[in-house]
Amino acid sequence: MEITDGIIAYVAALAKLELDKGAAEKAKEDLSKILEYMDTMNGLDTGELEPMSHVFPLTNVFREDVVTNKEETESLLLNAPRSKEGQFIVPKTVG
Amino acid sequence: MKNYETVIGLEVHVELATKTKIFCGCTTEFGGKPNTHCCPVCMGMPGTLPVLNKKVVEYAIAAGLAMDCEITRNAKFDRKNYFYPDLPKAYQISQLYLPICRNGGIEIETGAGKKRIGIHEIHMEEDAGKLIHDPWEDCTLVDYNRCGVPLIEIVSEPDMRSADEVIAYLEKLRLILKYLGVSDCKMQEGSLRADINLSVREMGVEKFGTRTEMKNMNSFKAIARAVEGERKRQIEVLSYGGRIVQETRRWDENKDTSFAMRSKEDAQDYRYFPEPDLVSLEITEEWLSEIKAREPELRDAKMARYEKEFGIPAYDAAIITGAKKMADIFEECVALCGKPKEVSNWLMVETMRLLKEAEMDAEDLLLEPKKLASLITLIDEGKINRTVAKEVFEQIFKENIEPETYVKEKGLLMVQDDALLGETILRVLAENTQSVADFKGGKDRAFGFLVGQTMKAMKGKADPGKVNERLRQALEKK
Amino acid sequence: MEITKLTALELGRKIQAGEISVEEAVRTQLDMIREREGEYHCYITVLEEEALACAKKVQEGIRTGEYTSPLAGVPIAVKDNICTEGIRTTCASKILENFKPPYNATVVKKLDAAGMIVLGKTNMDEFAMGSTTETSYFGATKNPRDITRVPGGSSGGSAAAVAAGEAFLALGSDTGGSIRQPSAFCGVVGIKPTYGTVSRYGLIAYASSLDQIGPIGKDVADCAAMLSVIAGGDIKDSTSVQQKEFSYLGALADDISGMRIGIPRGYLGKGLDDEVRSAVLSAADLLRKRGAMVEEFDLEAVDYAIPAYYVIACAEASSNLSRYDGVKYGFRTEDYEGLEEMYRRTRTEGFGEETKRRMMIGAFVLSSGYYDAYYNKALKVKAVIKRGFDRAFEKYDLILGPTAPTTALKLGENLSDPLKMYLGDIYTVSVNLAGLPAISLPCGRDKAGLPVGLQLIGKPFGEREILRAAYCFEQSIK
Repeated sequence: MEITDGIIAYVAALAKLELDKGAAEKAKEDLSKILEYMDTMNGLDTGELEPMSHVFPLTNVFREDVVTNKEETESLLLNAPRSKEGQFIVPKTVG
Repeated sequence: MKNYETVIGLEVHVELATKTKIFCGCTTEFGGKPNTHCCPVCMGMPGTLPVLNKKVVEYAIAAGLAMDCEITRNAKFDRKNYFYPDLPKAYQISQLYLPICRNGGIEIETGAGKKRIGIHEIHMEEDAGKLIHDPWEDCTLVDYNRCGVPLIEIVSEPDMRSADEVIAYLEKLRLILKYLGVSDCKMQEGSLRADINLSVREMGVEKFGTRTEMKNMNSFKAIARAVEGERKRQIEVLSYGGRIVQETRRWDENKDTSFAMRSKEDAQDYRYFPEPDLVSLEITEEWLSEIKAREPELRDAKMARYEKEFGIPAYDAAIITGAKKMADIFEECVALCGKPKEVSNWLMVETMRLLKEAEMDAEDLLLEPKKLASLITLIDEGKINRTVAKEVFEQIFKENIEPETYVKEKGLLMVQDDALLGETILRVLAENTQSVADFKGGKDRAFGFLVGQTMKAMKGKADPGKVNERLRQALEKK
Repeated sequence: MEITKLTALELGRKIQAGEISVEEAVRTQLDMIREREGEYHCYITVLEEEALACAKKVQEGIRTGEYTSPLAGVPIAVKDNICTEGIRTTCASKILENFKPPYNATVVKKLDAAGMIVLGKTNMDEFAMGSTTETSYFGATKNPRDITRVPGGSSGGSAAAVAAGEAFLALGSDTGGSIRQPSAFCGVVGIKPTYGTVSRYGLIAYASSLDQIGPIGKDVADCAAMLSVIAGGDIKDSTSVQQKEFSYLGALADDISGMRIGIPRGYLGKGLDDEVRSAVLSAADLLRKRGAMVEEFDLEAVDYAIPAYYVIACAEASSNLSRYDGVKYGFRTEDYEGLEEMYRRTRTEGFGEETKRRMMIGAFVLSSGYYDAYYNKALKVKAVIKRGFDRAFEKYDLILGPTAPTTALKLGENLSDPLKMYLGDIYTVSVNLAGLPAISLPCGRDKAGLPVGLQLIGKPFGEREILRAAYCFEQSIK
């Protein structure tokens, strides 16, 4: 897998990271090596096997529809970098 | 000019009527102070995990069954990843690969006749929070009360061809969901909202044109206008040799046109993958039959029952069951007053007229069954006449007055004073000798005039039957 | 009597017998921490006041019979990715430098209910991503066996604290070897339980499908005792499993006659340090002498475990770490204009190199166009690996091998070459992919005097077998 500058810029954008020139160059070098190594997976014939997301076949774990929430707005906002009247503040969003 | 066909598919988001959110025990109640219907789970605190509300699955399945869908026996959840302040985990738990319901459809009816609209899939997901603009600091405030409220997204096939069909489809969806009790479908509270995918193509061409998407439309009127507006816009672009760009557009109701939304800085790549924190569903035959057994009476069954049990005409039954709310009022009212045909008449004629006048939807009807029942009893007991009753009903509809108190206070009770009626008739006959002569000369119309004069003199509060009877007797004696 | 030389169970017995007070035990540990932290740096946060207050409460509870656990009153350490209410939980990251969770992790509640006393929060690789504890924002931890070397990672602080006598027991978390490898490097015992044995609620996620919390202790019995405290199904973690029996102390019989043990040939091949190999093979010999049947066999797909692991772990991490966006908690950049810039600067300044690298890899392997070739392929490789273990466990009761290919590395040795660091996880990651339980325990030293780790891998929920074999081995070398 050839990792281009474009791919690095794309994944940085997806991950919401800013890379300066040096960091982008280093990322390209590292990711090239790592993904090349990951490509070795293609050497294993996985045949018709289904992709396995959960290792154990647990199913149907539910909760009942019963209200349990309590007054905790204050503690939920305690860590907010910026807040106002019980709400989080963020820069203006469009729309 | 070429002839174009419009192709429309809808993605309808419906908030489910569960008591709690989809993955935590927080209330789904509408409103509330900001961030009071929240906990560490729905706020995406580090280390928290989702646990699925069983009711959500049952409601989604119920909706799927009512829309003729196949139920996916091994449905799973997936993560949809994107950054936005209303999404605290920066991913939405949704379903991409194995949605709960697939391949269904519902039948709609428009002026052009009946038609089946395919349902591609129904999937479960969590709602996002609310962003409020703060003009004082020119920033945005985030409230996560709605975050985690369960949604189903009903994705139609691109089977609709006109705004009429879109509205018929939405009305049918809403009717089914309300009958099932899985959602209150209140558009003004955002519990039913639609994304419209629309393209146009030349008549006879098989390939779909490039489509645009208009998101989060939340009134039928706006939707109809937006479909019409976007259809015209696309045809205009094409007829000038332009190209349609695949994009999300925002419908501006005031300007009656749509605008391209500023595209996000990077491409939308949601990087869906199976949600590792939730196990998969196993929907057994038994569970399905349980859900089916619990299904409330749906519209067709209700219509048949109304005809049979209450002896009302099929036509009436169809109108009354056309809105779940109306049917609920009908049944409660009949239970109170025991006069189905009478109740049906009030709903069919006066209620429909007033709804139309107020440009209201039958689902938003606020009429209290016990008030209509006591109005009917007042008529039945001969306490008010029909003319007065209509006036009272209008007051119930508009001002939610109490009928018995109202007629007493306004002095609208029927006058039962026979002596007074006798005197009045004699006076009316004396004052209208020409009409009496005309009546004697065989002109029936004159009788009607005399009835009118008598009612007027009685200030409308006489029993019309009695007026007729006594007037005839008096005329015979002349 | 030197209190810090006791095992946790020995201390627990003396506390129950009234020979040592809880406060005395806590004070001794706090003294030790004060004396040694400057050199080793095992902790990010030390909870002096809280621990002393808790000691009083527990002492009283022991007197009244409220606390009956054999570990009641024992001072312990908790990895700093496990949420403690009101006590900062940093994941060794700048982005959570001042984060105080509004709730306790389920395991923390269980420790509290058993009367164990939390001394502090231990250092780790940032967000548990690393094998050396050098990626911590708060600086590296040093290996108490040789301070020029790393303690391993990511639970390096926990393993080092136990090795240094700065805690009797510690909680770590293991996603790809993060309990076992530092236990091996520091010469202590660590257990990675079967996926689902211990609740993940409150464990700040790195890779949700692989993460498990487990104990690190001075010997096998201490770990078994702590595992008994923290194991058990939790309604807040859908992937946790309720088991009938999770008292593990009863499994510690000094007898393994008839036990069938397999050694994967692929675990003894290229890349394995000779001294580690000979120590592990001697351990196998010893178990054979104790009556076990030990043989080598070919385990499927050994070479594919690391690439599959890193694809899956990075994919999940990229999603799990997206919530650190400067909106709800944690660090927000000082200087920004607009939302997009706030996101990017916050995350760029808040995360360390390795974390950013893994988020980018994760975003890539999930991105459209590459999902099938990487993420889906890795899930298929995982299926092959699971199948390989299933087949092996038809023949063997447990699988034996080295924990890591080398003994503790020099500080800084692997930091500049991420791929080289990843390759060190060769014997540990497949256990996480297959969800299996495994233990690492000391099995000798290399010429430099550094401890070598022996790994025993069990069947799903086969903690009792690996504990018995480990205990038997431990007794044999005493």
